[in-house]
Amino acid sequence: MEKETQMLDATPRDETLLEVNNIEVIYNHVILVLKGVSLNVPKGGITALLGGNGAGKTTTLKAISNLLRSERGEVTKGSITYRGERVQDLMPSDLVKKGVVQVMEGRHCFEHLTVEENLLTGAYTRGSSRGEIDADLNMVYDYFPRLKERRKSQAGYTSGGEQQMCAIGRALMSRPETILLDEPSMGLAPQLVEQIFSIVKSLNEEQGYTFLLAEQNTNVALRFAHYGYILESGRVVMDGDARSLRENPDVKEFYLGMSDEGRKSFRDVRSYRRRKRWLA
Amino acid sequence: MPDQLIFGMEVVLNGLMAGVLYALVALGFVLIYKASGIFNYAQGVMALFAAMTLVGMMEGRVPFSHLINAIFGTEIHHFGWHLPGLAAVLLTMLIMVALAWIVNQLIFRHLVNQEPIILFMATIGLAYFLEGFGDMMWGSDIKKLDVGLPQGINLMIDETTFNIFGYGFFIDNLDLVATGVAALLVVALVIFAQYSKQGRAMRAVADDHQAALSVGISLNFIWVMVWSLAGFVALVAGIMWGTKSGVQFSLSLIALKALPVLMLGGFTSIPGAIVGGLIIGVGEKLFEFTVGPLVGGATENWFAYVLALLFLVFRPQGLFGEKIIERV
Repeated sequence: MEKETQMLDATPRDETLLEVNNIEVIYNHVILVLKGVSLNVPKGGITALLGGNGAGKTTTLKAISNLLRSERGEVTKGSITYRGERVQDLMPSDLVKKGVVQVMEGRHCFEHLTVEENLLTGAYTRGSSRGEIDADLNMVYDYFPRLKERRKSQAGYTSGGEQQMCAIGRALMSRPETILLDEPSMGLAPQLVEQIFSIVKSLNEEQGYTFLLAEQNTNVALRFAHYGYILESGRVVMDGDARSLRENPDVKEFYLGMSDEGRKSFRDVRSYRRRKRWLA
Repeated sequence: MPDQLIFGMEVVLNGLMAGVLYALVALGFVLIYKASGIFNYAQGVMALFAAMTLVGMMEGRVPFSHLINAIFGTEIHHFGWHLPGLAAVLLTMLIMVALAWIVNQLIFRHLVNQEPIILFMATIGLAYFLEGFGDMMWGSDIKKLDVGLPQGINLMIDETTFNIFGYGFFIDNLDLVATGVAALLVVALVIFAQYSKQGRAMRAVADDHQAALSVGISLNFIWVMVWSLAGFVALVAGIMWGTKSGVQFSLSLIALKALPVLMLGGFTSIPGAIVGGLIIGVGEKLFEFTVGPLVGGATENWFAYVLALLFLVFRPQGLFGEKIIERV
């Protein structure tokens, strides 16, 4: 199965950065949330993690970035490696220093700090000089001109879209290699979603950032991503490169709301023929 | 000039001086609240503990001497040395940093992302523990503290005011020192919080623990740093109050006076702590001076709390507190 995954991927440039191997996550010692999730994130790609509410997308991202512990969650089985190195026992700050940074679901800007101060906290782990940080600040402002206009306002008073930009910009300030982006479309108007995704795309293409993004909006995500994994109740049920997923009849019907026979009534909906996927 | 007015002026001045001391205690609260959203009930006890430790260091007392004597039947009380004030202050500061580290390791590290009320309860527990621990370590007797700060009436002010008004104001030198120290502390802390990298990280942590973690800020480091700073402020407050009225249990109760100060100034504002302290200090002295005789006195005990109540009704974030940002 792993081999097949590699072959399916259309772009051969990939060197795998992040490897999640059959992890199981338990919250509060009793609630089993992930039941064996495996995925690979190739360097320089945009990998999408898709699925409905409660499928385990956010938990997967938090397991990678080690933010689970503060929510009483724990990776009990499996392994997570970054550049071949086991990372699951590191502190979140050490992982940021290694180049993996997460943009959390729901933005989480520092409300009482100004937009610019928010961005500067992103550079916390860096020992760089003021000049280098200023250069990066300008880079972020180039990609998000809106943030430059709002730089002196408190982040709590900016709009949802601006806060999302602020959160992404803040992550960029740590000079990451891989960005874990959790639900960037949440609560935003379709136009803004489009705008944010195209900025992500250009960051990926021009600056070479690797993205792993969790998204409910399957349609948008599959248009911008290179490769996708579909999660369902804590398991990966399907994966493939974005185009093949877009054309898969199951994905079309269950995630994109289309089918070959046009729109259907609820009475005719088939029961889900899930493609099982077992990993050792 | 009428006597009443001149006397009133002296009252205001004394109120300002008392206010500075309230503000010193309030500062410690603000620091911890700003960085972790914890209302640290133990701040007053920390000031007491710091002052006790300082006295113990200076007089060369043996820590836990009562306990040791009771168990081993020995009679040791003193090491037999006396440390100079400055050395003792530095040593005490080290102990306060150690205390900050221990408190974080044993308590707050395990309570990341918990409700504020849980954190608050933890600080109440800490307050009682520290109170008992301090007594066990250094004994519960009232101790005299003298680190060599000037005390007594300031003759220069006495003389100048006598020449102008024909009546000399009584201003304690210690209060003047306290004012200077408090002003210095506030300026330093404001600059630190607003413009330094660690200060910015501290404010970030206060806003959102999880997001701070996600950008690579180490909560443990920031919390130990903030508790150490609060320990330092507690030490300064402990020195001032201890020098003024002896190191004794009632020192930990001044923390209660800091509460109205915080409600006035705002829980999150460092300058607010000072302004709030001054307003309470002057307000309660002036109120006692003007209205006190009409209602039979003893207004100082409740004036601050009534003022705080009014603020809670009309301006809950205080004068300088951060507006609560609520997005709908």
